Amino acid sequence: MHLKRVIPCLDVDKGRVVKGTNFVNIRDAGDPVELAAHYDREGADELVFLDITASHEARNTIVELARRCAEELFIPFTIGGGIRSEDDVRALLRAGADKVSLNSAALKDPGLIEACALRFGSQCVVLAIDAKRVSAPGDTPRWEVFLNGGRIATGRDAIEWAQEAVARGAGEILLTSMDRDGTKDGYELELTRAVVQAVQVPVIASGGAGHLDHLTQVILETDADAVLAASIFHFGEYTIRQAKEHMAAAGLPVRL
Amino acid sequence: MDYGSGNLRSVQKAFEHVGFAAEVGDDPQKVRSAAGIVLPGVGAFGSAMQGLESRGLIEVLRERVEAGVPFLGVCLGLQLLFEKSEESPGVEGLGLLRGDVRRLPPGTKIPHIGWNQAEIVQDSDLFHDIPDLSAFYFVHSYVVVPARPADVLTITEYGTTFVSGVEAQNVTAVQFHPEKSSTLGLKVYENFARRVTGG
Repeated sequence: MHLKRVIPCLDVDKGRVVKGTNFVNIRDAGDPVELAAHYDREGADELVFLDITASHEARNTIVELARRCAEELFIPFTIGGGIRSEDDVRALLRAGADKVSLNSAALKDPGLIEACALRFGSQCVVLAIDAKRVSAPGDTPRWEVFLNGGRIATGRDAIEWAQEAVARGAGEILLTSMDRDGTKDGYELELTRAVVQAVQVPVIASGGAGHLDHLTQVILETDADAVLAASIFHFGEYTIRQAKEHMAAAGLPVRL
Repeated sequence: MDYGSGNLRSVQKAFEHVGFAAEVGDDPQKVRSAAGIVLPGVGAFGSAMQGLESRGLIEVLRERVEAGVPFLGVCLGLQLLFEKSEESPGVEGLGLLRGDVRRLPPGTKIPHIGWNQAEIVQDSDLFHDIPDLSAFYFVHSYVVVPARPADVLTITEYGTTFVSGVEAQNVTAVQFHPEKSSTLGLKVYENFARRVTGG
């Protein structure tokens, strides 16, 4: 049986994990590779590294990170953040990343999705969408794609963008609700359901996980393929194992 | 065996992690002297056969497998063992096992990406200490259809039931990626290495 995935997300700045220092059994929880190996041992199904390094000069640290991860990890991992070109994608895949996640570069040039899918295969092209609800309460819900952590509106409809990206060859959608991100109020169910129903590829729900019930809820109510979470794992509130046991108890197929 | 089809470092370091040495190479002489052979690979059936052909690896591979050298195929390395594939019509596979390779039936998301369970239908030391219905990581669009039911090692459900592992004498191959399947995937490589070394 095809299993639902639990994916911890690590924000990385200049090669260091931004959040997450609450682990007693890790020597250096600021080292993304050590933290990632810890999650692998705990039963994470996959990992996402999001590079938030601002300066261009420090960008090669992410390729080095991919290389180190490939040496230490025995689960698939995705690298996203700041990827601009086909060459960036190639460098990360050659360094050992299993997938790359495209966001603003794909919005600027949607042809990048096609180029990467053709050259490297759809299975390694993830499209990240940061969506924000723009409809008034009571109206037909509508979500728009945002850039730069929700600060810049693109005018694009999130559902249409997901469909276009999949038509262009994206193999997976990483869907973050900017309204819920950081709130711990739970995933945006309506948005997630709308995207899951609009595309034929796996959708990873992201943004808002604050409790283990949120993980089961979004899968049960939207049929998302995977749940991504950061702070509930990084700050040691819950272990991956607890999350998966909780999901299994709710009847969801997971790897234990 | 390196034949220009993907990053083989992940397979090599998986063997290293469980305490065994594995060499990556495309030299037919090295293949001839190897105690065990691993054929990994991602990409298309046709270009992989082309890659093996152009490196002069097909004959030595057939010869060593027929001589009884332990062989492990992974992902595309499983599919290449068969006679032909719908992915590359007209291209002849290695033909070490009878049967062919077909596209996953429509109605499910293709490629099949993610964790899925392997149901063990034949006793094998490759699955020593691995519980039945353990989960492994899959990335593929095509599946093997062995002509001989006795060759089936594991089966997996994804819209349909497909053969996710085969075994016939010294030849074993799996559709999933043990090198991406965490602890139990590493166990698969360890079990294969023990078969090779007799330990």
